[in-house]
Amino acid sequence: MRDAEFLIEVMAGQLQALLVRRGIVEPALVGIHTGGVWVAERLHQQLGIATPLGRLDISFYRDDFSRIGVNPQVRPSELPFDVDDRHVVLIDDVLYTGRTVRAALNELFDYGRPASVLLAVLADRGGRELPVEANVVGTRLKLPPGQQIQLVGPDPLHLLIQAP
Amino acid sequence: MSTTNLQLDRQGRLLHFLTVEGLSRRHLTEILDTAESLRGVAERRVKKLPTLHGKTVVNLFFEASTRTRTTFELAAKRLSADVLNLNIATSATTKGESLLDTLRNIEAMQCDMFVVRHAQSGAAEFMARHVKPHIAVLNAGDGCHAHPTQGMLDAFTIRRHKPDFPSLQVAIVGDILHSRVARSLIHALNILGAGEVRVIAPRTLLPAWVESLGVRVFHSPHAGLREVDVVVMLRLQRERMEGALLPTEQEFFQQYGLTEERLALARPDAIVMHPGPINRGVEIDSRVADGPRSVILEQVTNGIAVRMAIMSITLGNHARPVEEDA
Repeated sequence: MRDAEFLIEVMAGQLQALLVRRGIVEPALVGIHTGGVWVAERLHQQLGIATPLGRLDISFYRDDFSRIGVNPQVRPSELPFDVDDRHVVLIDDVLYTGRTVRAALNELFDYGRPASVLLAVLADRGGRELPVEANVVGTRLKLPPGQQIQLVGPDPLHLLIQAP
Repeated sequence: MSTTNLQLDRQGRLLHFLTVEGLSRRHLTEILDTAESLRGVAERRVKKLPTLHGKTVVNLFFEASTRTRTTFELAAKRLSADVLNLNIATSATTKGESLLDTLRNIEAMQCDMFVVRHAQSGAAEFMARHVKPHIAVLNAGDGCHAHPTQGMLDAFTIRRHKPDFPSLQVAIVGDILHSRVARSLIHALNILGAGEVRVIAPRTLLPAWVESLGVRVFHSPHAGLREVDVVVMLRLQRERMEGALLPTEQEFFQQYGLTEERLALARPDAIVMHPGPINRGVEIDSRVADGPRSVILEQVTNGIAVRMAIMSITLGNHARPVEEDA
């Protein structure tokens, strides 16, 4: 079990520095349901972002519909800002195969054409199956394929690593 | 095998959607929640999701319909499916082709879903019994039996305005006897735990077994509309009327038509619904149909999201089961 709140502070520092380097003044933060939204809510508050927080549920964009069908716990996606020409920071809890990020990018572009997209994740556990990398990483873990890692929350947040 | 069992797999998941009757609250809630997530798609730049990309949906309409067929078509297209519209009333069956032959021919075109409307009760169920296992069948209205997607879109519209179902009072007014919409909605509301469902109709437009549906029966709107939260007006099914069940349309309006005066009997925040198409001045006054409490057009919009939900759930459940869920 790892304290996720500390890792989010690490992310906030990295993201702040990155936004300054890129000259991005008013980014829009978008969390991916469920864990990514919890992380995004905290980053949104810690960085004092004015643009309301976006939330994406990528269930309808998954590439494994023909194998597992629709997630019965799907929630509405809400992007309460105009995506066109915005600098968007996509936020998720765990980066693994990269398939969730692929789905989130596809969904994001159905709302408009952002100026740029950055990716911030709480934990990068390796094991990529797609060419996806994060710009901001709270922690890097080397986990064998069978091992489960999960963000438990929403209050407090803990990264739970289960034995394979 | 009953219709209910026919539409579920061994794990109790929806494979077809033929009737609301016999389903559990979990099934209906899953449909409503999924529809809630799909509702926002219509407000986006790209009004389309990739979920059913590469699937083919066939609208098999043996009975004329504009709104239902159009919203099914739009629902399928917004999920990126390809859609084929077959208006069979004017096609092969008039040349003597049997329902089973029609089915086999369309099946041979590699389709994934049939949306069936038919004047005969049980037609969609017949299809579901005979299709290949990878095909999902949705009932878009069969005779006087069921119109389950309409029942669900009505329940969805009610839930958006009146989420507190245990205290909910709904009155369904008009031709209950011929209405598959009423039947599906009554089942849906009872399964979802609505406080009270009333039907208001003359005796001639009520089935003999109406009370077995779990409703309170009223013959006059004056008593029946009191303090209700939702008024659902049904279309007078002129084309289904056999013989003189009714005196005249004017007389029906006089006794049962929803006017502003009658609507005043309901709660001040009551909403007015109608599955459409409306007969103005027969079951509903134009001032009510176009008034601030009418959610009739919202029902049409919601119908697309609800049909998208049912399409993605049933086709998703046809997916192969996986041993491990990562």
